[in-house]
Amino acid sequence: MGMGTRAITRLGAGIATAALGAFVASPTWAQALLGQPTPGAIGLQQSASPLKHEVTFFHNYVLLPMCIGISVLVLALLLWIVVRYNKRANPIAAKWSHNTTIEVIWTIVPILILFVIAFFSFRLLFAYENMPEPDVRIKITGNQWNWAYEYPDHKVPEYISNMLPEDKTTKQLYRLAADEPMVVPVGATVELLITASDVIHAVALPAFGIKIDAIPGRTNHTWFNAEKTGTYYGQCSELCGVDHAFMPLQVNVVTQAEFEAWLATKGGSMPVAEDAAAAAAPAAVTEAAAAPADAAATPTAAAPAAPASAPVAPAAQ
Amino acid sequence: MASASATDNHVPGFFTRWFFSTNHKDIGVLYLIFAIFTGLVGGALSGLIRWELAEPGIQLFKEGTIIQQLGIVEASKHGFNVTVTAHALIMVFFVVMPATMGGFANYFTPIMIGAPDMAFPRLNNISFWMLVAAFIMLCISMFVDGGPGRGFGGGWTAYPPLSTMGHTGPSFDMAIFSLHIAGASSILGSINFITTIFNMRAPGMTLHRMPLFAWGVLITAFLLLLSLPVLAGAITMLLTDRNFGTSFFDPAGGGDPVMYQHLFWFFGHPEVYIMILPGFGMISHIVSTFSKKPIFGYLAMAYAMVAIGFIGFIVWAHHMYTVGMSIELRTYFVAATMIIAVPTGVKIFSWIATMWGGSLTFKTPMLWAMGFIFLFTVGGVTGVVLSNAGMDYSLHDTYYVVAHFHYVLSLGAVFSIFAGFYYWFEKMFGVKYNEFLGQLHFWIMFIGVNVIFFPQHFLGLQGMPRRYIDYPEAYTLWNHVSSVGYLITIVGVGVFLIMLIEAAIRRRPAEANPWGEGATTLEWTLSSPPPYHQFNELPVVKADDHH
Ligand code: HEM
Ligand SMILES: [Cu+2]
Ligand SMILES: [Cu+2]
Repeated sequence: MGMGTRAITRLGAGIATAALGAFVASPTWAQALLGQPTPGAIGLQQSASPLKHEVTFFHNYVLLPMCIGISVLVLALLLWIVVRYNKRANPIAAKWSHNTTIEVIWTIVPILILFVIAFFSFRLLFAYENMPEPDVRIKITGNQWNWAYEYPDHKVPEYISNMLPEDKTTKQLYRLAADEPMVVPVGATVELLITASDVIHAVALPAFGIKIDAIPGRTNHTWFNAEKTGTYYGQCSELCGVDHAFMPLQVNVVTQAEFEAWLATKGGSMPVAEDAAAAAAPAAVTEAAAAPADAAATPTAAAPAAPASAPVAPAAQ
Repeated sequence: MASASATDNHVPGFFTRWFFSTNHKDIGVLYLIFAIFTGLVGGALSGLIRWELAEPGIQLFKEGTIIQQLGIVEASKHGFNVTVTAHALIMVFFVVMPATMGGFANYFTPIMIGAPDMAFPRLNNISFWMLVAAFIMLCISMFVDGGPGRGFGGGWTAYPPLSTMGHTGPSFDMAIFSLHIAGASSILGSINFITTIFNMRAPGMTLHRMPLFAWGVLITAFLLLLSLPVLAGAITMLLTDRNFGTSFFDPAGGGDPVMYQHLFWFFGHPEVYIMILPGFGMISHIVSTFSKKPIFGYLAMAYAMVAIGFIGFIVWAHHMYTVGMSIELRTYFVAATMIIAVPTGVKIFSWIATMWGGSLTFKTPMLWAMGFIFLFTVGGVTGVVLSNAGMDYSLHDTYYVVAHFHYVLSLGAVFSIFAGFYYWFEKMFGVKYNEFLGQLHFWIMFIGVNVIFFPQHFLGLQGMPRRYIDYPEAYTLWNHVSSVGYLITIVGVGVFLIMLIEAAIRRRPAEANPWGEGATTLEWTLSSPPPYHQFNELPVVKADDHH
């Protein structure tokens, strides 16, 4: 029996080590996809907004090293104990049970580590709080089981976004793609005003690092600023009943011109900037053209915006 | 009646002994048997979840599958939600809590503090039978109409309005009653523990000489006593919102669904420590026993648990970073939550220091204890990750959270339970377990649960939401691996059952103290199993005898 247990310990430890090894040495993963999960990936989804870059930095360079460092430290100490202090290596146990110095150290050092984490943590939290003046505001309502989008400033009335059925989309995008996406201009600050009509749902857009609950009777808000055009997907993230897994969010990030064209198809239009309305017509044109450039992180967004918005802006009045 | 026979050590007949039991050891054994049974039920439900999630698409919860033939849950998407909900409720209220506070605490707290029994033996009896009633109630709730289908599928957190207007059938009312009864059972149990520990310690057993397991039980009892009434209030308000036209949580009537979440988590966060603190105590004894060395930093260990228990009450809203709280509140809860990591770290490092310099034997209980220390550390560091609100926006309600709480619970609390089970097996049942089977059980489970839960960190980081019956193609690989881990784990559970049967058949006679000089607490001074009524003459405890 002694033989048996020894063997099983060896075998078990061997398999555990092999598993860990296979894990660390696992193949490099395929190029990460933008706006959607990547098959087999092990990290955060690729980021597409300034906030999410900070989240990724915080996770990959502060939190993950902390996790790995502490876990490996504890594992190494345990393994060392197994090797050094087993009955055969150390037949006579020591009797001490106090050591004030070490106790002070393992209280103070974690506190210092937490201070470092807290510094980055609060910086990130306040960055989320610090929303620039929004360029586009979208009202989102969670319903069992679809999303409704409305652009109050652009006079786009509420429209419903349902998940695309299996035969209308690709294998990769099924359960992510929606029939009527939310459309936003690239580089613009987009504020989302979120509520729900029945039960609690949650808006999640991993590429932009946002998640916020849609709660009946209250309006939550969050914001993002998409850096690249493309299609971005998210999924409802609060249990809301039988079709919780089947009410994805799709955001199409497009150029300003495409955005305005899309607005037109929805019966909406660009709002007139308030101070622009007071000024003379030619002034209004330059104002409108300049506006996106101020807010946009990527200057390219402003270029196509200028000619397109010029005729639209006065027309709204 | 058993109480009348306290002097002559007369053991009552079978029915009186096991059904009208007032003996803390018998009640402890009943709780353990109950927890093993419910653990198998809860484990089977998680098997259905992992089976469904092994591949994208809906495999199991649809017409014409084995689920429909079994008929336990509905063969529908709603049936999946019911399964997830029942799994969580059973594991939390009917497995972990009965095993730690019901089983080990009942059996060993009186012995460890040198008391003949619990302070209120009949209260102890009713605590147990109320729990059985609560479990039956919860099971029946799965078979009555929930609203969207059979059973309640609103998650163990039962957030309104999904748990009110979203589930109009009587199923959830039954589940609420079940929680009421389970809660009352736990409150009675905690009153019993607090009274016993404060009043019935043997001469010389001061609080500062009390074994750490008894400390863990004492603190847990306070957490239960202070948090459960809040849960009871919250779910009672759900009940009246559902049935009597109140609108505590209904915005249309001036209520607020978020208020429920505050109440729930005011209970819910202490609850997670309720599940782990008795385990902390057990791990301390096991590590000390098998190192043949006294517990390192005894007082710091005891007060670290006090600190964890206290801070545990003021961090609840870290479960609610995404509900739209003010920035001041979020800032506070981030800071408060991080602080919990400090006493937790003290515990981990003190266990390591206990082993350091010891003369270690790696018997089954020690394997589980060392497994616990490592896996709990992994769960703890991901807790620190989640404590950052800015980070939590990306991880909240994803599989990352699922991985986190399973590392602290499935791999933490459950490992501590198995550690305690093997540690005290001989003491409780009077027969030896088979060391080979015990170690085999450990290694298979250790590998299995890690294969289940480690990849879930990846899924969560990639954004896969939790409580999903189906997922996009990209999440296939790690879900599949996770389901394979489940298969490995059930082999481990099989070995556990074989171990039980083998021990029952072979009946190798137990020793009073199989672990030798390292085992210093009072239970090892008694026979195995201990006499029906121990300590007819109270032991006298001198300084440095114990802990
Ligand atoms: C270092 C200590 C810990 C920290 C900092 C911590 C932090 C957190 C945070 C912030 C969450 C919320 C995540 C989210 O929903 O987005 C969470 C969830 C959870 N934690 Fe911990 N945790 C710690 C230890 C524990 C322990 C010891 C247990 C239990 C034994 C536990 C059990 C849970 C459970 C069950 C949940 C999920 C609840 C649910 O949503 O259903 N945690 N933890
Ligand atoms: Cu949902
Ligand atoms: Cu918590």
